[in-house]
Amino acid sequence: MNDHDNNLPAVPEGDEPVPNPGLPPHHWRPTDVDPKAEKRAERQVAAFFGVATVALLGFFVSYFAFQVGDNWDTIAGLGASNLMLGLTLAIAFLCIGIGLIHWARKLMTDQEIVELRHPAASSEEDRSTSVGLVLQGVDDSGIGRRPLVRNSLLGALGLVGLAPIIMLRDLGPLPGDKLLHTIWKPGMRVVRDVVGTPIHVSDLEIGDLVNAEPAAIFELDDEGHHVVEGVELQIAKSKGAVILLRMEPGEITPWKGRENWSVEGIVCFSKICTHVGCPISLNERTKHHLLCPCHQSTFDLADNGKVIFGPAARHLPQLPIEVDDEGYLVAQSDFTEPVGPSFWERDKT
Amino acid sequence: MRLLNRQLNGLAGRVSRHRRRPLAGLLVLLLGLLLTGTVYAAFSPSSATAGAAESDTEQIAKGRQLFLVGCAFCHGQNGEGVRAQRDGNIIGPPLVGVGAAAVDFQVGTGRMPMAQPGAQVKAKAPVYNADEIAALAAYVASLGPGPAIPDAGDYSLEGLSDQEREEAIVRGGQIFLTNCTACHNFEGSGGAMPRGGYAPKIRGVEPRYIYEAMLTGPQSMDVFSNGNLSPDEKRDVIAYLQSLENQPNYGGFGLGGLGPVSEGLAAWLLGIGACVGFAVWIAAHTTRTSKGNVSA
Amino acid sequence: MSIDTSKVADTNATTPAKASKPNPIGAAAGWADDRLGLATAMKKQIRKVFPDHWSFMLGEIALWSFIVLLLTGVFLTLWFVPSMGETTYQGSYNQLRGIEMSEAYASSLNISFDVRGGLLMRQMHHWAAMLFVAAMMVHLLRVFFTGAHRKPRELNWVIGCLLLILGTLEGFTGYSLPDDLLSGTGIRAADGFMKASPVIGTYMSFFVFGGEFPGETIIPRLFTVHVLLIPGLLLALVGAHMLLLVYHKHTQWPGPGRTEQNVVGYPLLPIYAAKAGGFFFVIFGVIALMGALLTINPVWKYGPYDPSKVTAGSQPDWYMGWPDGALRIMPGWETHVFGVTISWNVMLPILILPVVMFLLLTILPFIEAWITGDKRDHHILQRPRNAPTRTAFMVSLMTMYGLFWAAGGNDIIAIKLGLSINQITYFMRAAVFIGPAIAFWVTRRWCISLQRHDNDLLLHGYESGIIMRSAEGGYSERHLPISEARSYTLTARGRDEVYVPGSGVDANGVASPKRGVLAVLDKVRGRLSKVMYADNVQKPTREELEEARHHAEHEHTLQAGLDHPAPGHEFDDHALRTAGDVPLRGTASSPSAGSGAHTDDTDQ
Repeated sequence: MNDHDNNLPAVPEGDEPVPNPGLPPHHWRPTDVDPKAEKRAERQVAAFFGVATVALLGFFVSYFAFQVGDNWDTIAGLGASNLMLGLTLAIAFLCIGIGLIHWARKLMTDQEIVELRHPAASSEEDRSTSVGLVLQGVDDSGIGRRPLVRNSLLGALGLVGLAPIIMLRDLGPLPGDKLLHTIWKPGMRVVRDVVGTPIHVSDLEIGDLVNAEPAAIFELDDEGHHVVEGVELQIAKSKGAVILLRMEPGEITPWKGRENWSVEGIVCFSKICTHVGCPISLNERTKHHLLCPCHQSTFDLADNGKVIFGPAARHLPQLPIEVDDEGYLVAQSDFTEPVGPSFWERDKT
Repeated sequence: MRLLNRQLNGLAGRVSRHRRRPLAGLLVLLLGLLLTGTVYAAFSPSSATAGAAESDTEQIAKGRQLFLVGCAFCHGQNGEGVRAQRDGNIIGPPLVGVGAAAVDFQVGTGRMPMAQPGAQVKAKAPVYNADEIAALAAYVASLGPGPAIPDAGDYSLEGLSDQEREEAIVRGGQIFLTNCTACHNFEGSGGAMPRGGYAPKIRGVEPRYIYEAMLTGPQSMDVFSNGNLSPDEKRDVIAYLQSLENQPNYGGFGLGGLGPVSEGLAAWLLGIGACVGFAVWIAAHTTRTSKGNVSA
Repeated sequence: MSIDTSKVADTNATTPAKASKPNPIGAAAGWADDRLGLATAMKKQIRKVFPDHWSFMLGEIALWSFIVLLLTGVFLTLWFVPSMGETTYQGSYNQLRGIEMSEAYASSLNISFDVRGGLLMRQMHHWAAMLFVAAMMVHLLRVFFTGAHRKPRELNWVIGCLLLILGTLEGFTGYSLPDDLLSGTGIRAADGFMKASPVIGTYMSFFVFGGEFPGETIIPRLFTVHVLLIPGLLLALVGAHMLLLVYHKHTQWPGPGRTEQNVVGYPLLPIYAAKAGGFFFVIFGVIALMGALLTINPVWKYGPYDPSKVTAGSQPDWYMGWPDGALRIMPGWETHVFGVTISWNVMLPILILPVVMFLLLTILPFIEAWITGDKRDHHILQRPRNAPTRTAFMVSLMTMYGLFWAAGGNDIIAIKLGLSINQITYFMRAAVFIGPAIAFWVTRRWCISLQRHDNDLLLHGYESGIIMRSAEGGYSERHLPISEARSYTLTARGRDEVYVPGSGVDANGVASPKRGVLAVLDKVRGRLSKVMYADNVQKPTREELEEARHHAEHEHTLQAGLDHPAPGHEFDDHALRTAGDVPLRGTASSPSAGSGAHTDDTDQ
């Protein structure tokens, strides 16, 4: 411990090189000594409040005057309602604020006053009294002398703490094997996103990139309703979205076992980044490099979706494709590995 | 015919003015495009009009002259492309089969002839005039079959009912958000690509060039051929982009349409800047006088 | 249940209540005090003194932004529908009519386009959120740089840190609510973060999303967190923060008449109340101005969230930018061992780094107190230069933060400056380590130089700009002493003592040698104390000052006999401002020439 006394403010020591000259004398403001200046300041403050009143009236007028909805009024290309409501409100509040502050700065007494500080700590006497009272109370309750009572209480309280945690169990179902599969099935057509039309091999030129989806998400039942909709649709899209890219067949260097995964230079990859799951379709046609706009992981689509840059650790899963009887692109199977970001149990497949 | 169209458009604009003014603006724009297109079609011999065979030949010859002077150094005497002898890197890619659309895009936006090699060729003021570009396009188109320069009718919503127009714009928006925003950003402000490349800003770009870019996939851009995105879908994308440009800035100035980064900068520089400025004023000492207070 | 209260006595006094004075305010106050007894507390607090300085108002920016958030937020809840139920949009925005979307997104569009003033409130809410977090950070920096986190205010520092992290979480949950493309991309990334957590990650994701991502419960759940849970905690903590502020009384800058035992400033009523109240209106006005003029988060352009869509420039709001930047520049490390996957590439930057940074921030006052062994209360602020190592440490943290932050905007930097995104990333990987080190060293040396400069001012005075020629023909610049007030201000700081390991004494004042871990810790403490203090420049002693003064007076006497004695105010406007004699070491004259802008803080 140093020789500093606890709790007491740091007192300038005796050998302070310069003595405290004390508070400097107060100087008056023009508004304190000159009645004209005072009147002027008064008028200024009132003017600010007056402008605020006018602005607020403008706010009410703007609220009713400017159309919103599907036919916004505009001022200089900006939405008139938002602009005028905001501007009038801003002017009103700024003027009230500036008026108040101007009032305080010019007209209220600005003589600085001094208040004494006290240590944050209580006095020694209060402390010992409090400690004594607490000890007395603890002693009175006998929590130290009656271990049976104490321990049974602790046990009960511990279980009380567990109760809310138990109750969170129904927040969601257990993962099961849901992350391991997608909606893709052997023979399912690869269709264009948004419009849902199937893709014929001859449709695509070299350099074409198609943002595609599994056909199942556009499938209609007999009554014309979507078979997959709502949550199921979102989940299916979040795992099943793919991109198709056609390049020169010679450019593709497939890994072993992937030789027949492409069709005439058309490859199909998961659109979901293996880093944290953003959809990726920023492709450089000439290099077949696919970039994620979220964190810039870059994958080489000619080389099995290998990571060539960025924070992603795993290659992009490839969907094996073939051509059906009518010449449309279909999946050979589901993805052979889980798509999307890594998770703890991922390798236990 | 032109007159009739104009009248029809004017009528459509009046009818819908009370409901949606932005669409009226769109119509005016489309009308402008239509007129431009018609004038262009009238003066541009590159479009396959009947009885222009002779002038085609002349134009191709003129295009070849221009090509030999301005392009052949990189693209070869016959557009076969040039590779560096040392490492085989492509200096100028072959132009056989790229079509008139590619030439019209590259030269019309000033990207070609390029000023200097680099990660990406920038757009600049075009070097050739419209006639020369048409001649060059005709010459390159004669080298091998490729996409032609689209007609104005390919990317205008002419002849659709109000209802169909609205649906086209909505559909175009969805296609845009699916296929284009990943690189070009949600309002076409552009975005970064690997190693210094970038997807350029496509706001304020002529519809013809947007159409041609989709068709030909310039530089690193993917191709969206007609088998990939149908001509109607391309038209819808362009219609959506036009509708974005014609809609008012509902919430005020756009901060470059870059998303949260520019918003964060504005919050710090303007917001915190202004607030701290006010704080300094509030705490600043006011003017003092050497006079004494008579009443005090 | 209703009770007829007319027959219940409204006073418990033995004498009947007297008729109230005619003044209605007094009557109301009397009525309230009869029941609440507030007059006693108010008597003390109503003239409470607050020192005046612009940097003391930074926290107020955060406070008032928070109030704006509460007000605009309540407005938004009147229309916002926190549901992921699917609906077909039939509202006013043409470009999305007929599109399937969540009710949350549809109601965001409704607020933006069909509710008058709704767009303004949305934009003001968002701008206020940006300012709220930004102002908290600026306030935190002010507190740390001036040493206001020292005893007795450490706990308020901890509360402030909690406020900062809660504010950030509150911002993130709000960002996720409209269910537009950016929101959804953010939530999707958050799902990836959760899944990267060891052991429980997958379960956590399934529990939070009520099943597989995206599910249909995340927005209702985030809504509750956003409008109830976190705002409740924020309000409670803001209250505690303010109560402690009132209890401790505000810190003040050193200056004549200002000591550790007093606080000099303006009374709460009327001046401080007017200024602070006025500042609320000003902040509200600034935010309204931003909402009127600057588009923020144009959700209609992003379109509804769709897990297969994404936009270039997918960024979080600025306060989440730095962990995002860390995520971007992290190399792709992942370990596959014993059949499990450990995603270092996600865990380190987003789960570990922010938590470590936050904990470090929270315990900074305690670390400092441990190294210095200082147990005194501190109410006089330190200038940043007078704690060179502490200042340098925070500057180095700021540098690291800034670099991570820039990395979070690497794509925008790349297109705006024409750089390669890959090169930026490689550069940042090194810069986040090297930059802070350089910043630390430069700042520390810079502070120490400034301390030397202060000592020069004290001992030799300020540079008057007057060149004197001696009889021998040598030239020298005339230095003039600074005012007494300024000398006092410059010297109103403690002397730093380097802790020597093993010098500790126990409670009875007996040296107590430490063993084992404690001994090691003791040594570490000694070393840190040396780093912290050993190079600092200490203020001159009284003897040194006396000697310097004698020296100056001697020179003055010598020069008095010259033909052109130079009092030193030939070239400033001193003569215009103050009439009469100017003593060599006057108290009233404040140096206007030769003193840099950094001296102004002593006048506040």
